[in-house]
Amino acid sequence: MNALKKIKKRFWTEDSRAAYISLLPSVIVFLVFIAFPFFYSLFLSFHKWAILTPDKPFVGLANYRDLFLSRDFWNAVINTIKYSAGVIPGTTLVSLGLALLLHRGIRARNLFRTIYFLPVVTSMVVVSILWAWIFDSNYGFFNYFLSFIGIEGPAWLYDPRWAMVAIIITSIWKHAGYFMVIFLAGLHGIPEVFYECAEIDGATPFKKLMFITLPLLGRVTALVMVMLTIESFKVFSIIYVMTGGGPLKSTETIVNYLYRQGFESFQMGYSSAIAWVLFVFILIITLLQIRFIGGRRKAIGQQL
Amino acid sequence: MANSFEQRTNIKRSAASIVKHLILLMGIVVVAFPFLWILSTSLKEASEVFTSSPQLIPSRLHFSNYSEVFFYIPFCRMYLNSIIVAVIVTISQMFTSALAAYTFARLRFPGRDAMFYGYLALMMLPVQVKLIPSFLLLKWLGMIDTYWALTLPWLAGPFSVFFLRQSFLDIPQSLIDAARIDGAKHFRIIFRIVVPLTKNMFLTLGIFTFMWSWNMFLWPLVMTQAAEMQTLPVGLARFKSQMGAEWQIMMAATVMVVAPVITIFFLAQKRFIQGIVLTGLKS
Repeated sequence: MNALKKIKKRFWTEDSRAAYISLLPSVIVFLVFIAFPFFYSLFLSFHKWAILTPDKPFVGLANYRDLFLSRDFWNAVINTIKYSAGVIPGTTLVSLGLALLLHRGIRARNLFRTIYFLPVVTSMVVVSILWAWIFDSNYGFFNYFLSFIGIEGPAWLYDPRWAMVAIIITSIWKHAGYFMVIFLAGLHGIPEVFYECAEIDGATPFKKLMFITLPLLGRVTALVMVMLTIESFKVFSIIYVMTGGGPLKSTETIVNYLYRQGFESFQMGYSSAIAWVLFVFILIITLLQIRFIGGRRKAIGQQL
Repeated sequence: MANSFEQRTNIKRSAASIVKHLILLMGIVVVAFPFLWILSTSLKEASEVFTSSPQLIPSRLHFSNYSEVFFYIPFCRMYLNSIIVAVIVTISQMFTSALAAYTFARLRFPGRDAMFYGYLALMMLPVQVKLIPSFLLLKWLGMIDTYWALTLPWLAGPFSVFFLRQSFLDIPQSLIDAARIDGAKHFRIIFRIVVPLTKNMFLTLGIFTFMWSWNMFLWPLVMTQAAEMQTLPVGLARFKSQMGAEWQIMMAATVMVVAPVITIFFLAQKRFIQGIVLTGLKS
């Protein structure tokens, strides 16, 4: 009886009652649409289930075994790595370059920043359609432009060797503005004093860049690259719209493969296994980030 | 001597500045040109679109591409769907996040911090992982091709909770204590004191949530099959896969999708950029 009262006193105060009511909607959404799917997809990944048949026999790790033996899966992994290998350094360099140029001594800085930001607010589907048109092999603007400098452009999205290149260019165009803003925030956090001291010692702008700006941006750069890595491994829309994974599966990435297995071949168990492999990978990257870079707030500095 | 040195560095500096401006202007062309190209293509006749020497300015403005869009896809309905989903998701997320953020920032109850960190951990669960089970669940509930499937899972989200909690923590406790002494209940305090004080944060997060919902693609792609229930990004993507070669009509549809977003962006661009810095800062 006494214990019951104690529990009541601890868990049924005015504060905790308000807390339970306030958190109720969020908790319901999380239980139903995050916690349940999370565990259910793990459960599904140990079962074989083509949605059309009612029975879903337990198959243990067979889905994972099939996955690691599947040529299509490794093709998707390699394509995802190709995409990442282009997008991560490409976007980092372009956005860092833009941020360095914009950081100081620029007239109409806000106007520049606003326009560079336009692709970020435009939906990925729109950007993909737009660039698919620009990369069109017959009437696209890109090859027309190349013809001026005497280059006969490839068929881009119809050429297995060039389709991924076109997608990478599109992705950099879409995302550079976003990371530019993050780099600008990082640059903003470098104390002016460092530059003043360097100037007194007669440092050239190049030296200031190499010995002050870039080293002090190290954490932000690492953060940007981690964010890009995670986003790159989840890439889907741009590829779905621009090429649908083709030609000849040359641009099919992990999530596109997951989508095809799940919603075109209806292999619910198998595609859940793909989802879990992807999840474990992203988890590892995130844990490494927390371990080595620390929080994002720490990376950019407290002043924002 | 000193004078000429100064002059030289001045010349060097202004030369560097000109080069900087030139590179940045080139960047503007690279960013802005594709947008002009959409507009230009959308106003061209087919004969001017499918030519080996395309021109930026159409010789005659051809508006019928725009009306043809409505012939191929239920464009108005898709527009309406996008607006309905984005408005419901945004308002609901702001409401549930305000409640949750206040709870985590200001209430004392057992297990508070553990729950909060649970929230943060959930932030990183990628939508790709829960796609298949969510689809099966919503299918079992008979909610595929309804607004339920498009909104229910997004009525609450950890994203805004985190930032609102931060700004709620900045509100002086004395203000809340004073209201408590006057006999105000927690819910009154949230909506009469805390929310008005953090209005700007709500606006920024609201715009951000709206934009995110407006552009969402993979989820509505999986959860809708009927064209009447699709949102704009899904409708556009389906349109492209069906009508691949009709670029001038597709560009007309694209202009109509992009124009309002760009207008809102120019009107509220400071908030957009603030939003990006925020998301970049989430730890």
